[in-house]
Amino acid sequence: MELFTNQVLAGIATGAIYACMALAVVMIYQAIDHLNFAQGEMAMFSTFISWQLMQWGVPYWAAFVITLAFSFVAGIAIERILFKPLAKAPVLTNVAGFIALYAIINSTAGLLWDFTIKQYPTPFGSAPFLGSQLISTHQAGMIGVTVLLLLGLYFFFQYTRIGLAMRAAASVPESARLVGINTSWMIALGWGMATAIGSIAGMLIAPVVFLEPNMMGGVLIYGFAAAVLGGLTSPFGAVVGGFLVGVFENLAGTYIPGVGNELKLPIALALIISVLVVKPAGLFGRHIVKRV
Amino acid sequence: MSAAEEVVAEGHQAVEAVPKRAMTLGTGTSLVVLAALLIVPVFVKNFIIFQMTMLLIYGLAVLALNILTGGSGQFSLGQSAFYAVGAYTSAVLMEHANINYALTIPISAVVCFGFGYLFGKPALRLSGVYLALATFALATAMPQLLKLNFLEHWTGGVQGLVVTKPDAPFGLPMSQDMWLYYFTLLVTIAIYIFSVNLLRSRSGRAFMAIRDNEIAASSMGVNVALYKTLAFGVSAAITGIAGSLGAIAVQFVAPDSYTITLAISLFLGMVVGGVGWLPGSFVGAAFIIFVPNMAESISKGLSGAVFGVLLFLVIYLVPHGARQIAILGHQLAGKLRKN
Repeated sequence: MELFTNQVLAGIATGAIYACMALAVVMIYQAIDHLNFAQGEMAMFSTFISWQLMQWGVPYWAAFVITLAFSFVAGIAIERILFKPLAKAPVLTNVAGFIALYAIINSTAGLLWDFTIKQYPTPFGSAPFLGSQLISTHQAGMIGVTVLLLLGLYFFFQYTRIGLAMRAAASVPESARLVGINTSWMIALGWGMATAIGSIAGMLIAPVVFLEPNMMGGVLIYGFAAAVLGGLTSPFGAVVGGFLVGVFENLAGTYIPGVGNELKLPIALALIISVLVVKPAGLFGRHIVKRV
Repeated sequence: MSAAEEVVAEGHQAVEAVPKRAMTLGTGTSLVVLAALLIVPVFVKNFIIFQMTMLLIYGLAVLALNILTGGSGQFSLGQSAFYAVGAYTSAVLMEHANINYALTIPISAVVCFGFGYLFGKPALRLSGVYLALATFALATAMPQLLKLNFLEHWTGGVQGLVVTKPDAPFGLPMSQDMWLYYFTLLVTIAIYIFSVNLLRSRSGRAFMAIRDNEIAASSMGVNVALYKTLAFGVSAAITGIAGSLGAIAVQFVAPDSYTITLAISLFLGMVVGGVGWLPGSFVGAAFIIFVPNMAESISKGLSGAVFGVLLFLVIYLVPHGARQIAILGHQLAGKLRKN
């Protein structure tokens, strides 16, 4: 039983990472209807920026805020310059664009900061949390930040005018334009917010996986998995999905014989496919009905 | 965000509708290309012959994806998995069962067809991004599955398998590379003709009807489930053949040669070549083989960035890929002829 609790707690701790990433994925998906394959790389780049700032002597939280602002602006810039012209293009072209962006960011980061692994500080410390050996204060802090972020987003979308405008622009762009919402800028705003959330995810993950240009590869796959599991249309679902994938992955690694570390990923992916087959919109997603 | 079902007007299409006629080359051009493919190897070095072989092989794999995406409108980022299955089928049959390399190719086509068809079944319920993700998952899982312990006796585990390169038969005075090139060319021509005819057939029309409007297709009596899985099966079979040829040409199979990177390359090859334009598959294959090398020669550290920028240029300047350039060239030739 103790083993079980341990594994569940450890799963929740890693799940927080996936939840953060999934949240960013869902944000962009809400805004533009595409999965951003470069999301992980964008988060990695932001994390490097904050690391560089700290190397120059900026204190952690100042670096944190500057990075958030930078990511927000960079997200908007990428949308305006690279992806706005592609808005009417087929999905396929967009996917190719994301892959190109992935290659560019990854290789630029490698050139600027090279591929060696770097230590990244944590603001929460790494002592055992509340005297428990199972999760560290950093992991607890990560879960806390994810939950706060989710609450913040919920209030933003539910109770602010601009949140409402973004929702309108995403679900029925034509009608939104008719009531005077600038849908094109709402999309840019969605990109900015998603990039900022991604940068938070990156800065929280970096102490665990260490900082290097390829650090987000695996995390992004799990983030996608979590987002799909929870439903691509639901930020809440994305977070729940993140925790579920984290826990499931750990339990499968422990209890299913012959799985071990290597097969964790395929198992998690098999889980997603089975969920999609049974419930194509994900656990909490809206079912989308098409007009013929 | 309410859970109420909401009606969303059909947004942008997943894949652009390509008319059937626009999918192939004219007879004259085809013959010129064929002649070039036949003659060039006689005059070049073995290494270049090897690269041309790889070009044909990747071209086949891109062609397979083109049938799936350009033909039936389904995404796949998982072609590397089918490629791996084909490669391993050939390698295992050749090395463990001592079966002739030429015979392993139809076998791996059948195996991959079954695999693709079975994968297509659950994938039926998915479309667009979800399908892209499911296939992406397949591609990521494949190298891990190939490394499994209980398969190690057959697959060689992480080490992989070494494949012997076949000699030219009947005592033909040819190097191994050259023989393999002509063998690959033969297979490629056969599959190309098969694909062109497939898309012109009743099944091809059914694929395209599904691509353009699934609901309309099903109300016209097209068995959507059957044709969607069939498209997956055919695409997997051709990719499997490419995988087999690839294994023989490279003389080596290992799990890490068939990662998601390969699947993404094939996908990019299709975009660059022009979705739905079959000859473009080979142009796309050339792009994914030669451009990364060129990018590296321009700047070693920035090769990824150079590659990405080139890709963006293709997307912006020629969004229909090589097909657009071919059409432009055709129009230009027409004008010149008139003058």
